[in-house]
Amino acid sequence: MEPLNNKQLSTPKLYLLTGLILLAVGLLFGISGAIQYLVPDYLKEHFSFEKIRPLHVTSILFWIILGSTGGVVSYLQQYNNQKIKYPFLLKIQYFIFSTTILAILIAYIFGFFGGREYWEFPPILALPIAIGWILFIINFISSVKTFRNQPVYIWMWMTGLVFFLFTFIESYLWIFPYFKNNIINDMTIQWKSAGSMVGAWNMLIYGSSIFLMEKISSNKKHGHSIVAFALYFTGLFNLLFNWGHHIYTLPTYQYIKHISYAVSMTEIILFSRIIWLWKDAVTTAKKHFHYAAYRFLLAADLWIFLTLLLAILMSIPAINIYTHGTHITVAHAMGSTIGINSFLLLAICFDILHDTCIPIAVNIKWLNRGYWITNISLFIFWISLIIAGILKAKWQMSASPEPFSVMMLQLRPFFGIFFIAGTIMTIGFYLILYPLIKNQIVCYINQSKIK
Amino acid sequence: MASDLQKTTVAVILIASFLAYSSFLYMFLPIKSYATSNDCIEGKKIWQNYNCAACHQVYGLGGYLGPDLTNIYSKRGPQYIQAFISNGTNVMPNFHLSNNEQENLIAYFKNIDSSGKSDPKTFFVHNNGTIEQ
Repeated sequence: MEPLNNKQLSTPKLYLLTGLILLAVGLLFGISGAIQYLVPDYLKEHFSFEKIRPLHVTSILFWIILGSTGGVVSYLQQYNNQKIKYPFLLKIQYFIFSTTILAILIAYIFGFFGGREYWEFPPILALPIAIGWILFIINFISSVKTFRNQPVYIWMWMTGLVFFLFTFIESYLWIFPYFKNNIINDMTIQWKSAGSMVGAWNMLIYGSSIFLMEKISSNKKHGHSIVAFALYFTGLFNLLFNWGHHIYTLPTYQYIKHISYAVSMTEIILFSRIIWLWKDAVTTAKKHFHYAAYRFLLAADLWIFLTLLLAILMSIPAINIYTHGTHITVAHAMGSTIGINSFLLLAICFDILHDTCIPIAVNIKWLNRGYWITNISLFIFWISLIIAGILKAKWQMSASPEPFSVMMLQLRPFFGIFFIAGTIMTIGFYLILYPLIKNQIVCYINQSKIK
Repeated sequence: MASDLQKTTVAVILIASFLAYSSFLYMFLPIKSYATSNDCIEGKKIWQNYNCAACHQVYGLGGYLGPDLTNIYSKRGPQYIQAFISNGTNVMPNFHLSNNEQENLIAYFKNIDSSGKSDPKTFFVHNNGTIEQ
């Protein structure tokens, strides 16, 4: 049996390692996609954008899913101080996920698509993912045993697990003619599931981040506090009901839009809390900045502030009609997946994967450089998208708009900045990922030789 | 510290409301009549099989490399669309669709076009921040 905490490449660590490799690959696909905004006929005939975009999106989505899984399982084991109930189920889940991800990427390369936003692979490949996720839920519930007097992160993990499955299944209702045959019905349900699903994986990641924060600060009270649960329920409320802000311009029920608008405004509570605790956060940052894991938590804090501000503004329908369909939405998505999800997951990775035969401290100089390069370039990347979005919004609202291709030419300088900043950001990420991935692989090979 | 009972009560209320909301929406979809022609259904398959949403938007949702196609049918007409599909552009490859496939795809665009207008200029903004078309 694998020991709980050691320098071996355990199954939860394998999830994180595979996630990190997918992040590295996804970034490369991202750059290839960005080039096509500047040189449209680049790779057009054999590796055009309809292939590159899903390769990028799927790699990054599965980095988030595998990273979340590795984080939840590792921290659940640490919390219970014992191994997960069914380690073999975790291995089966890993086998299912890794082979399915590979099959999805190969399907894209050969041009087989399901053609839905986020889940662009043929629908049959959703089946093993759902089965793998059910195994995860069984393992989690069996390992937690009781939900009495549990800290907030156990609630968050449970919520994330259940609602990911619910929304994932919901996202495939389109296969039934009852939902599929009318575009408005189809898009309403599609964005209902997509909107809530993001909230589901956020629950998994934020839960692990709270666990990590408690571990760093050695303060075990926060997870049981009223404030923590109040914030959790605000998050859950938004997960369940704020999805309508994606479809303000769709001719669907008005009440969906009103509910979403009202619920989204409760995010101001979360936003106000960040501002309220700003001074404390700075003091704590000075105290813990030497921890690599803490640094990424801190960076994510800043990105939560920026992304949440943008999200609240975009959730106001009167503003949304300007931002919808523009690169401001892309800026929001990139800020969330890179600045929040990826940074929080990197914090979790540094906490869990530092336990190898080679100390991370050996690479600290390059790691520092990578950290700052990534953050600064992400900010430039984000701003360039917002400016491109503002210009597109102006074009959309123009009484006599120029042709689409002319507008895209006008945005080209900002796509250039976006591409350069994205490339530099990838280099920054690689400096961060290199020690994490290399150490795991080298130590695994060394162990295999000893055996 | 809130008790388990208080926390469970809040969670149950929220989740029950969500399930009721979801069930209501599934039972009473926004558009009651969903009779669609076979051409249009086939057209939608082509749209998905070629992953057109990677580059194009419908109602502002989808990719950003190509234009929003919600009302392309009424704005440009079927011949214009067919010319683009059959030749490709400097950005979009020629997918070598058969005549039948092109017609199905155009039928799908016609169907989308008849569902509403996506132009943000057509919305009226109320003082409370809500919008109406």
